[in-house]
Amino acid sequence: MGIEKSVSELHELLVHKDISSSELTKAYIKRIQTVDPGLKAYLTVLEDQALAQATEVDRKIAQGEVLGALEGIPMALKDNMCTEGVRTSCASKMLENFIPPYNATVTDRLRVAGTILLGKVNMDEFAMGSSTENSYFAKTRNPWDLECVPGGSSGGSAVAVAADEAAFALGSDTGGSIRQPAAFCGVVGMKPTYGAVSRYGLIAFASSLDQIGPLTKTVRDNALVMNAIAGYDAMDSTSVSYERPDYTKFLVNDITGLRIGIPREYFGEGIDLDVARGIQAGIQTLIDLGAEVSECSLPHTEYAIPAYYLIATAEASSNLARYDGVRYGFRAEAEDVLGMFKKTRAAGFGQEVKRRIMLGTYALSSGYYDAYYLKAQKVRTLIKQDFDKAFERFDVLLSPTAPTAAFKFGEKSANPLAMYLSDITTVPINLAGIPAISIPAGFVNGLPIGMQLMGKPLDEGTLYRVAYTFEQNTNYHTLKPIFSGEVLACGSR
Amino acid sequence: MVTISREDVEYVAALARLELTEQETQEYTEQLNSILGYAAMLERLDTDGVLPTAHAVPLHNVLREDQVGLSIPQEKALQNAPDADEGFFRVPKISLT
Repeated sequence: MGIEKSVSELHELLVHKDISSSELTKAYIKRIQTVDPGLKAYLTVLEDQALAQATEVDRKIAQGEVLGALEGIPMALKDNMCTEGVRTSCASKMLENFIPPYNATVTDRLRVAGTILLGKVNMDEFAMGSSTENSYFAKTRNPWDLECVPGGSSGGSAVAVAADEAAFALGSDTGGSIRQPAAFCGVVGMKPTYGAVSRYGLIAFASSLDQIGPLTKTVRDNALVMNAIAGYDAMDSTSVSYERPDYTKFLVNDITGLRIGIPREYFGEGIDLDVARGIQAGIQTLIDLGAEVSECSLPHTEYAIPAYYLIATAEASSNLARYDGVRYGFRAEAEDVLGMFKKTRAAGFGQEVKRRIMLGTYALSSGYYDAYYLKAQKVRTLIKQDFDKAFERFDVLLSPTAPTAAFKFGEKSANPLAMYLSDITTVPINLAGIPAISIPAGFVNGLPIGMQLMGKPLDEGTLYRVAYTFEQNTNYHTLKPIFSGEVLACGSR
Repeated sequence: MVTISREDVEYVAALARLELTEQETQEYTEQLNSILGYAAMLERLDTDGVLPTAHAVPLHNVLREDQVGLSIPQEKALQNAPDADEGFFRVPKISLT
């Protein structure tokens, strides 16, 4: 009942008392109970707490109070965002029993906005991965094809939205972790400008790259959620001080004269031909709608993967040094404290996390710092300059979100480098700190593909305008995976 | 191109406070060589005179008055501790050798 609808449609139903927030919340809980044993998007479901929050909203509705855009709307948070009193595991054995004593800023802001927290969703351990296969707890399945990964690291967030297990979800994106799963699952995912959304209470992976953003069914929903979570926060020292616009003001069905650049490096080697064709068709749609489109070049793109993986792992090795078995998290017993550190970290972290800690520690170690970490930071400058230059000529850049549609379980997990290379279209954006959105743009062999739109710093508005115009003139976002029977079978297995 | 030896991997593991199994040591030696071998392409780029970017957006120091504010109470700060005692975190003995 209603669970397949967008946030803005649900808001209307709530306002007109066609449905209560309690009824809606119960419907989502029922949906989770029905399909999640097969899909495994959720790590924690908060049935009682969610219903209590919904009752609160229904009381306000009964009293005739004005309802905020997100009030009474059930949603899910990626399990790396702190929720006071509710386990926040980062999908790691290390934090299996960690109960945060405080809320992340986004958690607080969504609470203030009146949303209903349905639960916490699965991810790659510490957000390190592109398939959600690195979760300590469960493999989340793609609702479009249960043999395929949902993407990652925000795989749980994307599946929860795609399979109507939440009206929207938040994810985090360090190198594509919102956009790529959004593309793989056929939903809208925004990676905002670095600093636009507070990272306070987001469990750190790579601090200069991490950013929180919304995964939603429609572009309008995405703008509505951004309205609630974006804006300066004194608790995050890298928060950008700016006047947050009302992002819904940009939702106009008109891109006449807008200049869109197509970076040729994003259509070259490694990009699946059918994906490239699908995106080309999308470009034609935008041309037909009045956009001025021409090709451009971001010449340092091929260097983005090595630069990204050196910087991200170096920052991760430093950030994850805090997991030592002393103040919180898992502890392994040992004779002395050094042995305790080593055994705790050996047993508490999974393979990919350890691999990245090793790589990052090596890149920062004495004698190699200049050759790897400093070199990567200089290359980061060149990559950023590529974007600065392109944005002198263009309002927006456009590419496929990912080189392929969703891949199969196990297809890349045996070869870390192959998995890293699948991030080529998303990591340059994080290095440059600019915003980018992935929107549904078609299908390849029955699997959704995403179109990525990249914008100038703090110009999320123009991305929403292009995304909205594309969405209003296509029907990809209205198509739903048909999977209930199979998932039910999985659940009972 | 730098080759990473088994000893390098053991040294880095010690720095990172990770106890590795024999199998992990072998795997990470192979994989680090493969990943850093790929990263060697960065050497092709001339970056003389290019300033490093640590953060993509300009950042400024954030200052505030040094005033006592709200903080997490002690019992909450200790609630996740694997071993706490009388307001302290307890750890195994610290060996100096």
